[in-house]
Amino acid sequence: MPPKSFEVKPKLDESGASIGELLEISMGPHHPSTHGVFRMDVVLDGEKVVKLKPVCGYLHRNHEKIGENISYLASMPYTDRLDYFCSMTNNWAYALTIEKLAGLAVPERAEYIRVIMAELTRLQNHTSLIGFFVHDMGALGTPLMYAFREREKILDLFEEVSGARMMCNYMRFGGVRVDVNDEWIARTKQLVANYGRFLDEFETFLNQNEILLARTQGVSPLTKEQAVNASLTGPLLRAAGVNYDVRKVDKYGIYSRFDFKVPLGEHGDLYDRYMMRVLEMRESIKILNQALRDIPAGPVMDPKAKLRGFRPKPGEVYGRIESPKGELGFYIISDGGPNPYRYRVRPPSFINITILEDMCLGHRVADVIVILGSVDIVLGEVDRCQPI
Amino acid sequence: MLGEQIIKGMAVTARNFFGSYVSKERLTTVQYPEEHLAQKENTRQFPFLVYDGDDWEKGLRCVACQICEKECPPKCIYIVKSKDKKPDYKGQPQIYPATVDIDISVCMSCQICVEVCPFESIKMDTKFELSTDDRFGGLLLTKDKLAKPNSYYQQMHPHDAAESDAVIAAEKAKAEAKAKAAAEAKIKADAEAKAKAAAAAAAPIAAPVPTTPPPTAK
Repeated sequence: MPPKSFEVKPKLDESGASIGELLEISMGPHHPSTHGVFRMDVVLDGEKVVKLKPVCGYLHRNHEKIGENISYLASMPYTDRLDYFCSMTNNWAYALTIEKLAGLAVPERAEYIRVIMAELTRLQNHTSLIGFFVHDMGALGTPLMYAFREREKILDLFEEVSGARMMCNYMRFGGVRVDVNDEWIARTKQLVANYGRFLDEFETFLNQNEILLARTQGVSPLTKEQAVNASLTGPLLRAAGVNYDVRKVDKYGIYSRFDFKVPLGEHGDLYDRYMMRVLEMRESIKILNQALRDIPAGPVMDPKAKLRGFRPKPGEVYGRIESPKGELGFYIISDGGPNPYRYRVRPPSFINITILEDMCLGHRVADVIVILGSVDIVLGEVDRCQPI
Repeated sequence: MLGEQIIKGMAVTARNFFGSYVSKERLTTVQYPEEHLAQKENTRQFPFLVYDGDDWEKGLRCVACQICEKECPPKCIYIVKSKDKKPDYKGQPQIYPATVDIDISVCMSCQICVEVCPFESIKMDTKFELSTDDRFGGLLLTKDKLAKPNSYYQQMHPHDAAESDAVIAAEKAKAEAKAKAAAEAKIKADAEAKAKAAAAAAAPIAAPVPTTPPPTAK
């Protein structure tokens, strides 16, 4: 069904004479700035946004219903396709949930590998996000290419271990699929050591750039109350100054062992959101250094875990992790069969764009693009189930 | 000064631009159709079926158990079991697949089929330039197109192939040991039976003349 169009009334002055009209335009779904197939119905008064309605569902693939009709293991490669930038963290969230349900223990080495993969994912996601973010502001190409150059190196590491650059399908219930070798760890150490230098260069490039400051500072500030009420998570929430990071709150995996800080913003404006990503990458590098230093030898799979004929006991479970975009959760009800009775995803991107209208009201149409870019959505994740 | 930071940014751009002439780190472009990057060993594209020996029809490891068909997330594998049986690598009569079709236009290269296969028979290929102008049959691989020799697999994934060869060899050795034990047991049983028969044959001579005939096994 096509979405209902907004009622557009001509703008009148006190005497009832028309002084210009509101204009309803449809941004997207096939627009480079919408990061996929996403549409915004925007009502404009001149250049100011009066009303905005996000319309999603163009990439609907029935992820949840498919998950209820195939085995637990077969859902794993589909989770890669939720947020296709961060397949490793999606895998982890799903594996963590099923491990909770089936009571599987993860060996020490596998836990370290998972942390390394998740933090590398965070690095490459935030790096490319910043590239897209400034691309949306009109810095066409150059910063994005630098970001992608670095991201490519991380994807090479993923490919070497898992066999695929983006659709890694790497983690399994009770561990990870293949072990990493010493050469890989040495190369990752090398990459992490060089990454700080790249970030220095990137920050010199962008941080104080006058155009970036003019376009981002003070634009679309979010208050703590707004952010919490909209149940935002991830860098968006922390940019508004709320100290909430699932890595610190839940301490899932072995995150309690690492020494890292949660960066917090003050104003919740676009610049804070940008800086939040940069600072989180710095913290990720810290975690990576510790994990790569401490990684023990040993098996990478729980011997109790089995691939064929996996039937967890009946029950329901919710598992969550801090994905680069926010809290990614899986809610599973098992009836003891080979496939879940209910399979639900709590995607961070989808819940983070619910506040898009509040963030955009009163801003210019050019800011809408940048605001959407700062939310960091991936449409595979937004449209994972029935459009609402 | 306004614009100072922009000039600083420009300096970074210039460093990257001129650096690309001297540093491999900064120039990452590969002229694709002419140049290729070296493939990683773990790379996976689409599945194929492994066979041992020279004849692909005889040596196919697949026994049509259909586990991969059931587990395949996008359901791109189609297998029909054979009616008759033929000897497998252990020498036992075994069902073989009459039809195996894999539609690689549907396949999402997830490798689940490889992981669940208990017979080391389906593996991942690394070929990726497979475009075709045939929309309907071009990417539907049938059994003859899927079958590839073990030597091809060994060359492509040396580590994994060595592991899977070891598994097969162990199973074969186990089966052979079992067969040998069975054969030995049979020889032993035969010898015992013979001895018994001989004893039974010899018994009437030593024993007193029987009044009734000895009981015979029914």
